[in-house]
Amino acid sequence: MAKLTVEDLQKIKERARRTTLLREGAGRAKVTVHMGTCGIAAGARNIMDALLEAMEAQDVTDVILTTSGGAGLCSREPMATVERVGEAPVKYIELTENKIRKVFMEHVMGGRIVTEYALALGSEQTH
Amino acid sequence: MRGFAMEELSLHILDIVENSLRAGAKTVEVQINEDRKRDVLEIEIRDDGGGMDASTVEKATDPFFTTKSVRRVGLGLSLFEGAARRAGGELSLSSKPGEGTTVKATFQHSHIDRQPLGDMAKTLTTLIISNLAVHFRYIHRENGCEYQIDSKQLMDGSWKEPAI
Repeated sequence: MAKLTVEDLQKIKERARRTTLLREGAGRAKVTVHMGTCGIAAGARNIMDALLEAMEAQDVTDVILTTSGGAGLCSREPMATVERVGEAPVKYIELTENKIRKVFMEHVMGGRIVTEYALALGSEQTH
Repeated sequence: MRGFAMEELSLHILDIVENSLRAGAKTVEVQINEDRKRDVLEIEIRDDGGGMDASTVEKATDPFFTTKSVRRVGLGLSLFEGAARRAGGELSLSSKPGEGTTVKATFQHSHIDRQPLGDMAKTLTTLIISNLAVHFRYIHRENGCEYQIDSKQLMDGSWKEPAI
């Protein structure tokens, strides 16, 4: 059975340190990956992992990553919501790792909404 | 359309812990016990979230029952229970309002239909990074050996790489 390795723990520690630093300051954006049952079954965990890798590759420290429950659109999962400071949230649907990397580079970093993957502007209440 | 499947136990664990977080848990403990002599794999998830009353516990593994106001139950528990039953095991649930919830699933370790544990590193990373204010403990025991991961230690720097 697969076991956690020391390298896994180092990676978690480094990612936690990076995210902790971020939360002490102001973020440029927040990305919420929807982690309801349908989202997880559709691959939301890999979407989160791809986001973490993209942040590390770009040495980004001012983007908050978080999760929420499902948004009620199970057939459109995996989904994520991107909120840039001062701008309306954008909900992205039917994501893949490649799609979220593009969303990260173009929308989160560049401020340009990736309309071909977007469902709508706005955010549902999840709590 | 892409496939939807909970193909690993680590995905079920992520899903159940997300339930704990939606229920306001501040501490979540995940225990994996592998006992090959008894041919048993046990997964226990314990939280200090809002908990459920007895009537809610009774209905919690019903896939057509949910408490949307706190998103505490839904398909996740029934899928986890199905995974356990298909592998010769079962799922039990104990909970009290205000005291938290414990979900325990057992599996026949060698059962051909037991799902693999899968990528626990990704599950733990997702949980810890997305919920820095929550204290996660992960305990994995296998045939008398045990290791633990504590998110507080990872966060405050007290975790040191073991000398090998």
